[in-house]
Amino acid sequence: MAILIDKETTFIVQGITGREAVSLTRENLAYGSRIVGGVTPGRAGRDVYGVPVYDCVRDITAHTKVDGSVVCVPPKFTRDAVFEAIENGIKLIVVVTERIPRQEVAQMVELARLRGARIIGPNCLGIITPGEVKMGGVGGPAEDTRKAYMRGSVGIMSRSGGMTTEIANTLTAAGLGQSTAVSIGGDAIIGTSYAELMPLFEADPETQAIAIYSEPGGRMEAELSEWVNQNGSRLPIVAFMAGRFMDKMPGMRFGHAGTIVEGKADTTADKIERMTKSGISVAERIEEIPELIKQRLAEAR
Amino acid sequence: MRFYEYESKELFARHGLPLGKRGIATSRDEARARAREIGAPVVLKSQVLSGGRMKAGAVKFADTPDEAAALFDEIMPIVVNGQTARSVLVEEKSPISQEYYVAVTWDGRRKLPVLVFSDMGGIDIEQVAEKYPDHMSQTHVSTILPFTPRLAKEAIGATGVSGSALNRLTPIVSTLVEIFLAYDLTLAEINPLVRLENGRFAVLDGHIDMEAEAREKHTALLEDLGIEPEETRQARPPSEFEIAGARVDAADHRGVAGNVVEFDGDLGLVIGAGGGSLTLFDAVLKQGGRPANYCEIGGNPSVKKTCELTKLVLGKPGVEKIAVMMNVVSNTRVDIVARGVIKGCVESGRDPASTIAIFRIPGSWEEEGFKILERHRVEYCDRSVSMYEAAGRAVAKTRAQT
Repeated sequence: MAILIDKETTFIVQGITGREAVSLTRENLAYGSRIVGGVTPGRAGRDVYGVPVYDCVRDITAHTKVDGSVVCVPPKFTRDAVFEAIENGIKLIVVVTERIPRQEVAQMVELARLRGARIIGPNCLGIITPGEVKMGGVGGPAEDTRKAYMRGSVGIMSRSGGMTTEIANTLTAAGLGQSTAVSIGGDAIIGTSYAELMPLFEADPETQAIAIYSEPGGRMEAELSEWVNQNGSRLPIVAFMAGRFMDKMPGMRFGHAGTIVEGKADTTADKIERMTKSGISVAERIEEIPELIKQRLAEAR
Repeated sequence: MRFYEYESKELFARHGLPLGKRGIATSRDEARARAREIGAPVVLKSQVLSGGRMKAGAVKFADTPDEAAALFDEIMPIVVNGQTARSVLVEEKSPISQEYYVAVTWDGRRKLPVLVFSDMGGIDIEQVAEKYPDHMSQTHVSTILPFTPRLAKEAIGATGVSGSALNRLTPIVSTLVEIFLAYDLTLAEINPLVRLENGRFAVLDGHIDMEAEAREKHTALLEDLGIEPEETRQARPPSEFEIAGARVDAADHRGVAGNVVEFDGDLGLVIGAGGGSLTLFDAVLKQGGRPANYCEIGGNPSVKKTCELTKLVLGKPGVEKIAVMMNVVSNTRVDIVARGVIKGCVESGRDPASTIAIFRIPGSWEEEGFKILERHRVEYCDRSVSMYEAAGRAVAKTRAQT
């Protein structure tokens, strides 16, 4: 098992004829993903690496089971595309696009909540269940993805798409495989936070530990700490905190859109303190993550 | 992107919020003229992109036009938290009987706007939340259902406000929510919102932040307010180096080579991407390195873009070496970045082998990239070397040279 996606998962790509979407489609197909259609208005009848292109999501959902959609359309059109996916019954939507105004993201998330759909992202590289399927650009070309990811028992959640793969690669090199890795997105408002993914990992018997990449800005780490305090977790969690230098530079924006220090709760110091208090191990360097996970797993036995 | 107070008030006025008579002064004579036009005691407020004006002495009161002129000269040179004043707002001063606080911002956890109201305005709202929780309410606002005033009424009523104050405040608070939603703001705050002794309500101070990503949607408003497209409105004004960095990024749409921030060290950084740069910058500092800059490359930047960024960093006085580092890359091509930085070195008249302290970008097209680097005898490492270790090697080389 894994979370969110497995080899049976069918999905479509919205904006499939765009430059990034074309390579994403090629890479996902090569990794074994089941892409059952693509959408670009006005381009019906074409195909992208054998994936048929339609004008509307409805043209695919009318005759095919579609579990998910990867949305890679320009920021101006993203809300519309996500609404289209949700209203046609798609339950898992990965939004790759970045630079979408926050209010439009909130609107997507609010509609998804009403319809029982889940959004991953925006500003993310998607989801991968190693050796089975990936949904989004995570890991890049299939052969590179195979170098960095290996199937196993560590779940990854990361606010950075690139660091998702860096952490997976470090775990793989240390002999620790991954159950599912989720690039959750770097924006101030995202569809699914760490705390919202935790119940899924908890329920997955394959997952035995969690690795997290976190940053300054926002309350997501505080939310995770509270979740752990309230619910307890069978899973050891190891977090890496980047951007420690930003604590001394309030009001300056670095990294992702959601990464800015405005108040004390945005600082890495505050987040590290909260996470440590709730039993989450915080690594100083990426390469410490595998060792910390192994230690925590050994202690648990 | 933060608005100046006078810009915030101009936006409020357009939407019919009650404001005192006011005008902007950029000289002592203008300050005198504004005070004369208002014809009453005035408050003079420095227009800076920072809070803490009162503490810094950049808000002062004048009873006569001549006094206003004199105070202009006092206020204008005051630097508040690193921000210099653009002008001075001259506004009528009226006796106050009650202060309120109202703000709309984002709740990232609930993923909705939140309306914060308190009948204890004028003081730090976090203190109110802590010491007088009954005097503060938080009300979430839908982004897909139409906004109607009952939410404002409930927010105000929750703090115990009733009677005519409730009915007078409701439209003001409603309008603030509407402004927040209409212009993609990240903060719309009135503190204080006051009832004057004459019974009128007025916005005394306001603060607006617009989301940078939404600027393009509101170009007409920004133009009307005189906000230039190149104004970044960050915590500190951009340096020339940073402006040049933004130009490099804007000149070529292929990939990203931006968010250049200047630091005063000697090690040039060509690093990426969003999360990787944060991680690498920490790693350089932790090992005693002194970065000359921060930046982010990613999204598969062109040779030209990487080359131009490299030239910019190498053009900074005192920068002898650069470190080229990223996390394991997915969609950025290693070979293209390698060609870009080598070209940047050559075009700067530098030898790539001695200038590039370390090249650590593993991932897509790495074999091709590593071949190019070998040809130019540039030290590189693959994914078996951690980001931290690579940063350490670069730091050691800069140390050896000094």
